[in-house]
Amino acid sequence: MTNHSPAPNSYRTQPDESGHFGDYGGRYVAETLMPLILDLEKEYRAAKQDPAFKAEFDDLLEHYVGRPSPLYYAERLTELMRQNADEGMGAEIWFKRDELNHTGAHKINNCIGQILLAKRMGKTRIIAETGAGQHGVATATVAARFGLPCVVYMGARDMERQQPNVFRMKLLGAEVIGVESGARTLKDAMNEALRDWVANVDDTFYIIGTAAGPHPYPELVRDFQSVIGTEARAQLMERTGKLPDLLVAAIGGGSNALGLFHPFLDDKIVEMMGVEAAGTGLDKKHAASLTGGSPGILHGNKTYLLQDEDGQIAEAHSISAGLDYPGIGPEHSWLKETERVMYTSVTDDEALDAFQLLCRAEGIIPALEPSHALAVTIAEAPKRKRDAIILMNLCGRGDKDIFTVAEALGVEM
Amino acid sequence: MSERLGEAFTSLRTDNRAALVAFITAGDPTIDDTGAVLDALVEGGADIIELGMPFTDPMADGPSIQEANLRALGKGTTTADIFAIAEGFRSRHANVPLVLMGYANPMVRRGAQWFADQCAETGVDGVICVDIPAEEDGALGPALRDAGIDVIRLATPTTDEARLPAVLEGASGFLYYVSVAGITGKQQAAQASIAAAVSALKAKTDLPVAVGFGVRTPEQAADIARVADGVVVGSAIVELVGKHGADAPQPVRDYVKSLSDAIRSARNS
Repeated sequence: MTNHSPAPNSYRTQPDESGHFGDYGGRYVAETLMPLILDLEKEYRAAKQDPAFKAEFDDLLEHYVGRPSPLYYAERLTELMRQNADEGMGAEIWFKRDELNHTGAHKINNCIGQILLAKRMGKTRIIAETGAGQHGVATATVAARFGLPCVVYMGARDMERQQPNVFRMKLLGAEVIGVESGARTLKDAMNEALRDWVANVDDTFYIIGTAAGPHPYPELVRDFQSVIGTEARAQLMERTGKLPDLLVAAIGGGSNALGLFHPFLDDKIVEMMGVEAAGTGLDKKHAASLTGGSPGILHGNKTYLLQDEDGQIAEAHSISAGLDYPGIGPEHSWLKETERVMYTSVTDDEALDAFQLLCRAEGIIPALEPSHALAVTIAEAPKRKRDAIILMNLCGRGDKDIFTVAEALGVEM
Repeated sequence: MSERLGEAFTSLRTDNRAALVAFITAGDPTIDDTGAVLDALVEGGADIIELGMPFTDPMADGPSIQEANLRALGKGTTTADIFAIAEGFRSRHANVPLVLMGYANPMVRRGAQWFADQCAETGVDGVICVDIPAEEDGALGPALRDAGIDVIRLATPTTDEARLPAVLEGASGFLYYVSVAGITGKQQAAQASIAAAVSALKAKTDLPVAVGFGVRTPEQAADIARVADGVVVGSAIVELVGKHGADAPQPVRDYVKSLSDAIRSARNS
């Protein structure tokens, strides 16, 4: 399903006024929620124009989250990859280190923005869904910071494999509700959060964790996360005087990738690769909606989904709970069809290998999500010239994943 | 408006009573047994049938209908089975309006045109799609209208006066007023708020207004029947199907009759 219409003048002007990225996105929600998301859109437009809103957002990112996050040249990893490269080959590998943010991932950037919107709208209760628990932790964190009660819906299966994050959320004062329906993972948590929201529209703000859901969520999450790419672009220019040759980021819903990519979309010389989770293989169980799915409608937006011929949603699988979702943000569907971004996928095993490599080569324990991006990064580096720059979003740290990794490696803890 | 829905509401107006709109999920308790439950709805006195299309992710539904969706999908219910059930119903009940209710993805999967054609061929009169609001009508509405199928819209307590015209634009058949902001099968709204909402809606449209979400008892049904053109009952029937399985037709018939009797006498008492 490739769209061969001419390339747009700019890739940075989406979505249109009705919230569509080409054919994708939109507002596919129950009527009860429609007035609320129209109101949210109005408030977001006003907030964007309000210097005080931006000032408060920037201030919290600097002093509470710890931004800007460092841009790091991974010298040892680069040299290691050059050992297997041909003469003159082996690109420089750089990391945008969003794993050093408060709460350990990029998720907090978006949560700060959304809780400021909630405050602006006079909402007094926060809900969220979470997969790996990183978004739940980030939401519980900002809810505590702003003194608002917080309910986090989490698939019961994800709760089992992400116990440390469940405890973190509870420490932060959030109520964590295990969701027993469906596959008991992220999509089921999202269904339950939507059910809560529709019953509590008056006082509740739903902080969606990725650049998906009904308009204006994909747009506002992208905008809040774009701090990643904006910083990285300035940092790399200052350090090297160049733009990167290739950006690489992992994709579940796709917010860390859009955050990195979006400020570079109109830099034609910058290639971009989004990396989905191929699970145990694209012919087996996976979570690669773009590579192995087809367009459909779920959770408020039209986008690529894992589904059967009747439109029933398939269960996703990934060793990484944060990538374990059968859909993807609608802007990625559009970027795929316009061919501005190339999408690929990495299996559980490849991600595990990359995870271990980074621990030893650079002294950084990455989350399993960016380990997927890392697997592509280390495969691409030897194919590119020595003066090329690959910039990867190291969007989360791996503390939360050590039990999952131990189990996968057969280590008793 | 489709002929069958139009005639049904005309005849109800003549009788000065509200319609009983009864919902079950297609493929529940099994694909083969759905027809007998549908027949029980008609025999019990249902005037309009809503046949739910099961979906893996029914995010507007409470536990009862979620479980019905899982039972139906667990029995392997496909879209082709749903249309076969509709066709069978139409062959047995020439005049009872039949409405499909469900979520967008299964409806648009093979294209809106395909879905609309199937509806027309199998005797479906209208479609209620939970997650296609007026703003996204283009995804399904034009194809249904071209095929003569009613696009039945939902109005809710959050649908304000400014928004209502958009909801009514392109709506036909009847207007489904969701009486509570929430999911199916939970609490019912206060009678006073229902009466006020229905009268506000009727001031803006000539479409019949049916009220649903949380209606369980004959008394509740009768109260709504005094102020609205239709009463929708779903979760309570679906729970009987879940409890009795293949033996559901008898208890479903008895329960629906209790609702129907209450609705039929509501405006006389």
